[in-house]
Amino acid sequence: MLFVILAPLALAAVAFAAPSQVRRPLALLVGGLLHLAGVAFLWVTRPAPALGGWLEFDPLARVVLPMTSVLFAVCAVYAQGYLKRRPDRDNRIFVGGLLVLLSAMTVVALSQHLGLLWVAIELTTLSTAPLIYFDKTARSLEAAWKYLLVCSLGIALALLGTFFFALAGAGPGGPRSLLLADLTRAGAALSSPWIRAGFVFLLVGYGTKMGLAPLHSWKPDAYGEAPGILGALLAGGVTSVGFISLARVVRVCHAAGESAFARDALVGLGLLSMALAAVFMIGQRDFKRMLAYSSVEHMGILTLGLGLGGAAAAGAMFHTVNNGLTKGVLFLAAGNLHRSYGSKRVDDVRGAARRLPISGPLFLAGFLAITGSPPFSPFFSEFAILNGALGGGRYVVGALFLVFLSIIFVGMGATVLKIVQGDPAGAPEVKAHGDSWLTAAPPLVLMALVLLLGLFLPQGLKSVFDAAAARVGG
Amino acid sequence: MTILLSLAYLALFLVVPPLLPGVVNRVKSRLAGRQGPPVWQLYADLARLARKGAVYSRTTTWVFRAGPVVGLAAVATAGLVMAFGGAPAALSFAGDFVLFAYLLGLARFATVLAALDTGSSFEGMGAAREVTFSSLAEPALFLCLMTLARATGSISLTGMLGPALPLAWGHAAPALLLCAIALFVVALAENARIPVDDPNTHLELTMIHEVMVLDHSGPDLALILYGASLKLFLFGALFVRLILGFSVQGAAGVLVFLAGLVGFAALVGIIESTMARLRLVRVPQLLVGASVLSAFGLVLLLR
Amino acid sequence: MSAWTEMVFILVVVLDFFLLASSRLRAVIRAAAAQGALLAVLPLLLATHATELGHVLALSIGAFVVKGVVIPWLLMWAIREAAIRREVEPIVGFIPSLILGGVGVALAFAFSSAMPLPIPEKHAFIVPTALSTVWTGLLLVVSRRKAVTQVIGFLVLENGVFVFGLLLSDFMPTMVEAGVLLDLFAAVFVMGIVMFHINREFSSLDTEKLSALKD
Repeated sequence: MLFVILAPLALAAVAFAAPSQVRRPLALLVGGLLHLAGVAFLWVTRPAPALGGWLEFDPLARVVLPMTSVLFAVCAVYAQGYLKRRPDRDNRIFVGGLLVLLSAMTVVALSQHLGLLWVAIELTTLSTAPLIYFDKTARSLEAAWKYLLVCSLGIALALLGTFFFALAGAGPGGPRSLLLADLTRAGAALSSPWIRAGFVFLLVGYGTKMGLAPLHSWKPDAYGEAPGILGALLAGGVTSVGFISLARVVRVCHAAGESAFARDALVGLGLLSMALAAVFMIGQRDFKRMLAYSSVEHMGILTLGLGLGGAAAAGAMFHTVNNGLTKGVLFLAAGNLHRSYGSKRVDDVRGAARRLPISGPLFLAGFLAITGSPPFSPFFSEFAILNGALGGGRYVVGALFLVFLSIIFVGMGATVLKIVQGDPAGAPEVKAHGDSWLTAAPPLVLMALVLLLGLFLPQGLKSVFDAAAARVGG
Repeated sequence: MTILLSLAYLALFLVVPPLLPGVVNRVKSRLAGRQGPPVWQLYADLARLARKGAVYSRTTTWVFRAGPVVGLAAVATAGLVMAFGGAPAALSFAGDFVLFAYLLGLARFATVLAALDTGSSFEGMGAAREVTFSSLAEPALFLCLMTLARATGSISLTGMLGPALPLAWGHAAPALLLCAIALFVVALAENARIPVDDPNTHLELTMIHEVMVLDHSGPDLALILYGASLKLFLFGALFVRLILGFSVQGAAGVLVFLAGLVGFAALVGIIESTMARLRLVRVPQLLVGASVLSAFGLVLLLR
Repeated sequence: MSAWTEMVFILVVVLDFFLLASSRLRAVIRAAAAQGALLAVLPLLLATHATELGHVLALSIGAFVVKGVVIPWLLMWAIREAAIRREVEPIVGFIPSLILGGVGVALAFAFSSAMPLPIPEKHAFIVPTALSTVWTGLLLVVSRRKAVTQVIGFLVLENGVFVFGLLLSDFMPTMVEAGVLLDLFAAVFVMGIVMFHINREFSSLDTEKLSALKD
């Protein structure tokens, strides 16, 4: 288990040390493939917990780690093409930072200790903030600063929440530990007011990292200005591990008997995020910012599913995977579009289907997938959540869910169709950056995965999602 | 007997105050490397001014003449409820600290009216500044006194500064310390000392208190200067009694009190020598800071 | 011993007020450094016979070095690079900030007496001081315009969380505490680098200039 954490770190060190600009991206590829191999090994062998119970490949990790690993490996291939096209930029920090990010995300996914979890999440913020500034423009600097400050602020509050949880467990008969197993075993012995207060702070903190409304202010700027590959990893990887952290916190709440309080908060925030995303998606002029709001929306969907519990929670776990992969497609394709047209604005970009015969249609397909059209997999996961809502008698919630999804479909569709359709003649063009195998194949692979998961979901995977939802409990 | 003793103290109260500005100026001069005026300079100034004739502007009315008199009377009356030496005050009743604060306010009001009465924009500007800063210093003063009341369990100045005070220092020292610091800042503000106002400046941009009394001359000016020294004495007495937590009675008490007063004046002198006057926009921040500090002291006592 | 500890907590809160009211950047950085140094002393003051002295000493020294020396030095370097001396009038003015801070402190003290602690109290002032400092840090980050002051606000917030962590030092693994300190250092380091770039790009550290991105 330590291999999947340490291998990327070692390669990061290599990347930082390596003098050759051209060969450095290979470290990304090697790191991604080694990580993928390691995760596959873990999946097959089902190892025991490591580091005295601090790391464990539990059902929640099973949901998120393979998806993150696949996403990273695919992005690593994309990066070979991307970085070759940007020889003017020094990619030392970029490559090193991405590898450190992979390691940090792995630790978050595997961590069973709330303190270690916190440290790793902070590391994801710190390793990606400099990367947003890769383009070295004033706007990306502004985005990097806002990202750094808001996320660090949120994380500091999450630390306070973690301490509150530790205090709750410190009473007589309490577990006096931050290990999830101990905390959930103690259950009712945990001091209620401190669990509630801690949950609020942890929700704010990890919610900021996920990008839930109203803590999402950094998302449009950061995702809007970051290079496509970074956007894919942030929207697909970091938000997903943030969600898993939140799920772990909710697990403790359920064990402590604070289910009702936690559920209401989660459902409320989930609906709020979807509403806000819907409002801001309409008339969005910048398609990368539009994708950021889509990310806010999906974080809302995940939180909603987690708050509803039961079948909806299992749907939320499935959705984590779907959202991650689809966001990968969307951001990588958006990166290609941005590079080819030299602009991210809807006014400048049109006829993408013709000029970029792979990326353009992929962007359209990604849009259809992310807004929940069959036969793509997000349809099935969102349907599961809706089913859970209506089945549990929460008709208002279910109705609102549908309303927001429709508004988003319309709003996003207007922007996407404007970009993809039409005649590209007259639109600005950067000739050197058309579609190439290295930049077009990765999103294609991810899209194929999304389609595959929609058409045929193996029973093994389904049982993982159910187990993860059961693990959270409540 | 207590009444006689209090009246003796009152006589003390009338004679000692002009010494304090003298001590302040002496300390400032010594710190600046000069010899400086003698400590009893103000007595000589008052005598000289009393012998002179007064000049009144044609634009002024009876308000201008009444100002210094009312001011001095109010401050002297405030002294009746204040406790000196080791003894209780001449007059004490529940809530007398409110009377204390408002008598000082009356004195300030009379000065301000006299300044406005001259019809000069110069004095009016000084009056406006003075009133603004006093309105910010007042909450600080009241919060201090409330903290003191809470700590000692009495709402009369005599009780607050009396035998309950040493006990209060025993169990509420941090709150009282914060209270003392805030009180010192209020004293600096009310007596127009640096960092709030520079008593030596004559530039329009920087004057507050000095500008209000610019038009007075002769005996009126003597009354004003004497009244100002009385006010400094009163605040000094409050501060010294608070800090020392008085329990010494009789003649020894008087000596300790006087020593404390000299120390207070010396402290004011040191602060005046080492700090510069704050920009006018910063003074409200200082005063609000003092209020917040004394409020914090109160919160500590309320837990 | 208890009187000294109480003094330290009160000083921490008084420094909070100073941070909210002051506009001179060097004074603010020094106050934050003083607060960090004071907090470094607290673990030693709160140590009982039950605690391992080596662990406590390491934590104290580490906290002092990071909070009291390294980070203030970094921030001083940042303001020297950017050649700024004063904070501009913040979004919430200095006086309202001070009053809000005072209200926050009062609420923190009220809140902490309403929430019973499940463990025997190390000291009655830990929770209120921690919450007051967190509130101050939050106010600073949200209402100030200069990037340096926002970073100082983040630092003060972490100070508040550190004070709260003192309640748990008996059973919190050293690794997590060390990790927390290291993260703080790394975060401020990265922020410093970004500020350097901001200054180069915008010739100012006024975050009002960072308003090109909006919907």
